[in-house]
Amino acid sequence: MVQTQSGADGHRSIPALLDRNAKQFGTSPAYREKEFGIWQSWTWAETAKEIEALALGLINLGVNEGDFIAIIGRNRPYLYWSMVAAQSVGAIPVPLYQDANAEEMAYVLDHCGARFVIVADQEQVDKVIEVQDQLHQFEHLIYLDPRGLRKYDHSHLHEYSHVQNQGRAAYDEFINELTARRDKLDYDSTCVMMYTSGTTGKPKGVVLSNRNVIETAKSSSEFDKLRQDEEILAYLPMAWAGDFIFSIGQAYWTGFCVNCPESPDTMMADLREIGPTYYFSPPRVFETQLTNVMIRMEDASKLKKRMFDYFMAHARKVGPAILDGKPVGFLDRLKYRIGSFMVYEPLKNSLGFSKVRVGYTAGEAIGPEIFDFYRSLGINLKQLYGQTEATVFLTAQPDGEVRSDTVGVPGPGVEIKISENGEVLYRSAGVFVEYYKNPESTADTKDSEGWVATGDAGFIEEATGHLRIIDRAKDVGQMASGEMFAPKYVENKLKFFPDILEAVLFGNGRDHCVAFINIDLTAVGNWAERNNIAYASYQELAGHPRVLDTIQEHVEAVNKSVAADPMLSGCQIHRFVILHKELDADDGEMTRTRKVRRRIVEEKFADIIDALYDGSATVSTTTEVTYEDGRKGAISATLDIRDAAVVAVTQKMAAE
Amino acid sequence: MDEGYITADGRQIGGVVMEMKNITLRFGGVVAIENISFDIREGEIRAIIGPNGAGKSSMLNIISGFYVPSEGEVWFHGAKRPQMRPYEVARQGIARTFQNIALFEGMSVLDNVMTGRLTQMKSGLLAQALWKGKAEAEETANREVAEKIIDFLEIQSIRKTPVGRLPYGLKKRVELARALAAEPKLLLLDEPMAGMNVEEKEDMSRFILDVNDEFGTTIALIEHDMGVVMDLSDRVVVMDYGKKIGDGTPDEVRNNQDVIDAYLGVSHD
Repeated sequence: MVQTQSGADGHRSIPALLDRNAKQFGTSPAYREKEFGIWQSWTWAETAKEIEALALGLINLGVNEGDFIAIIGRNRPYLYWSMVAAQSVGAIPVPLYQDANAEEMAYVLDHCGARFVIVADQEQVDKVIEVQDQLHQFEHLIYLDPRGLRKYDHSHLHEYSHVQNQGRAAYDEFINELTARRDKLDYDSTCVMMYTSGTTGKPKGVVLSNRNVIETAKSSSEFDKLRQDEEILAYLPMAWAGDFIFSIGQAYWTGFCVNCPESPDTMMADLREIGPTYYFSPPRVFETQLTNVMIRMEDASKLKKRMFDYFMAHARKVGPAILDGKPVGFLDRLKYRIGSFMVYEPLKNSLGFSKVRVGYTAGEAIGPEIFDFYRSLGINLKQLYGQTEATVFLTAQPDGEVRSDTVGVPGPGVEIKISENGEVLYRSAGVFVEYYKNPESTADTKDSEGWVATGDAGFIEEATGHLRIIDRAKDVGQMASGEMFAPKYVENKLKFFPDILEAVLFGNGRDHCVAFINIDLTAVGNWAERNNIAYASYQELAGHPRVLDTIQEHVEAVNKSVAADPMLSGCQIHRFVILHKELDADDGEMTRTRKVRRRIVEEKFADIIDALYDGSATVSTTTEVTYEDGRKGAISATLDIRDAAVVAVTQKMAAE
Repeated sequence: MDEGYITADGRQIGGVVMEMKNITLRFGGVVAIENISFDIREGEIRAIIGPNGAGKSSMLNIISGFYVPSEGEVWFHGAKRPQMRPYEVARQGIARTFQNIALFEGMSVLDNVMTGRLTQMKSGLLAQALWKGKAEAEETANREVAEKIIDFLEIQSIRKTPVGRLPYGLKKRVELARALAAEPKLLLLDEPMAGMNVEEKEDMSRFILDVNDEFGTTIALIEHDMGVVMDLSDRVVVMDYGKKIGDGTPDEVRNNQDVIDAYLGVSHD
């Protein structure tokens, strides 16, 4: 199974790959970060030096082999170096979500027993200090940005650059130790531990070995023929396995450059400046971008709007076919060319996608309309299916075989099978080692032959060999009538409307379905402004009768389209409500990767669900909310419940 | 007296930077400020508070050299300050923000911040127009300072946005950025939180504390919001109808009967 690539053989850890890159691609850029308005860059050779200095500094501070080092902050080269420096000294990096509150952080820090924590700034320092009494093994905190930290007690607090300087000063003393530790790393040593966000229960620490990461990086890089001159933008949370495999695994394997945005707010501008060639994003980012495009087109002049609509209609017709290299008539091609010049290229440029060679969406199912929009512009957007436990990559769509309803074929070295109850199972070199300190869960997930259950229900299309995912296995249910209940399918259809940010469908074991809707404040706010509708808050806008009317139209349109699918026609929405607050990770309603935690939403809003089913026209409710700083408050509201028209299920069903 | 003091949070405050000695300011027959004396020490956050019409802004204008006191003297760094033009005051290391934002609305945030560097530019008009030699190096150096401040105040995402398109809270922040660009030793803030919501006030407070902490800038500010003032300042001067009615640490001022009366009103029976 193992194929060799020039020079990569025998490099069985990330630090070893770093060493190779510093020698082979020494002068090519490895990292860029925009700071002070300028893109600062570091070559692979410089990167190796920086990481070495930090690794020496960590030894100087007393990091032992096998220690856990937590890393918290936004995507910055320094924090990526921290991960590799931790690996270099035999420690295990544990990236955490930077927007996690102190309580969540305490659980993870305590669970892995991190002795050292490397954080970005004062905000994270404060959170760690707040919970440090609960942490038994915690010893030292290293921070990057000294702002506001001058007055803090520095007995256990160290500035990143000082740690590096001390490391450089102690070079002669510790370099042999560092080399020895680095040489000990092999395919079975732990590369990283990532906590899964977990739509249910407490997060679990997934231990990934160097074998998992490097084999996966290698096969996935070869699958898409990634080259050393790719450019990527690292903007997704560092604690997400996807970012780790892209920004560290594949970057170190192929030696391409990782670009870090100046700040989360400047991401779109930075994306445009960098023009990545390889891009990945959860569907939500694509949805947001599409929403923004649509809003701006609404505001554009009539002529521009008509031109946009005209050429986009043409792009939808022939764009994907042209991208896949299928035969398309000469006139259609010519018209597409003109459209490229007038609309598609300028649009791609302003989205930052001009140079994208390979783009992936992963993490959740993407609405087909959204997916097709990007592909019709000529962006090679593909779907990827995977999970942290598999070191991300399971299946991916090969170029030319891209469809919105499948997630592609198994990657090289990945075996997929479907269990009797319809759940997708896999086996690959990327299969995780274990859940840290949780042998029961490990045993539940991974069987003795190495097959891992994904928790997703799906099937393999016989004609093409592509995998199709229906929904989370535990979410797929049955209606009282025995019809299949697959909530995500309907929710995704709803979410395609720019006005709808999030939707949650209920109906398992019931005789009909009802839905919660979250409006998209950007889109609906813009609409309200254009229609002179005044509102003071999200809540007020969400409860506005005209907003309800619009959403009702959307729901009814979705009902029509759902009714067309004989398998799922029972999932039409009979009644719906627009929630008075956005579902939020701080309130536990979503994971940090923004997946809805169905059970929690169901419990928390049980009163609203009851009202949806008992036929009442309004419901009064009070909801507890958690602010970003951990304080709690409550909001109460009276919500209108609307009935939506449903399409009668045709007699055909019964006749069949 | 001149050794300074240690603040509640353990910062060492230095000697007197500026001293107002028996300042009186009259506009015709109206007495705006009557015989007020106080000092500002190096590294401290000094607040001037008082109800509407107490003469706070007039006081700030005297500190900034915009008004000349009718009586009394302003001492700066141990010497009596002669009458000066505003730009001369700026060259002495004093910068300010305004109660009613005074930015160049049509210019980008970056350009506005760069104007704060004007006093530091030495090359002539012609050299700057041609952008050759020294002028180019100077611009690069000034841009660097401006960018550090943009980074410090977290306004990178609006760097190129025309100021006129920004919401109020951000404009206030840009104004602070411009004042900081002059790398002042003494920063005067005229109602930095006026018209802000709670979140914006929290942000602004944090920036003021960070500026003081990071650059060691002495800050004198006028503010309406008592809560904010008490949290931020090391020492507070309280004015009412042009007179000083209190001076001391926030706790001292809070318990001062005259101050309580001025803010809450006194019953006349």
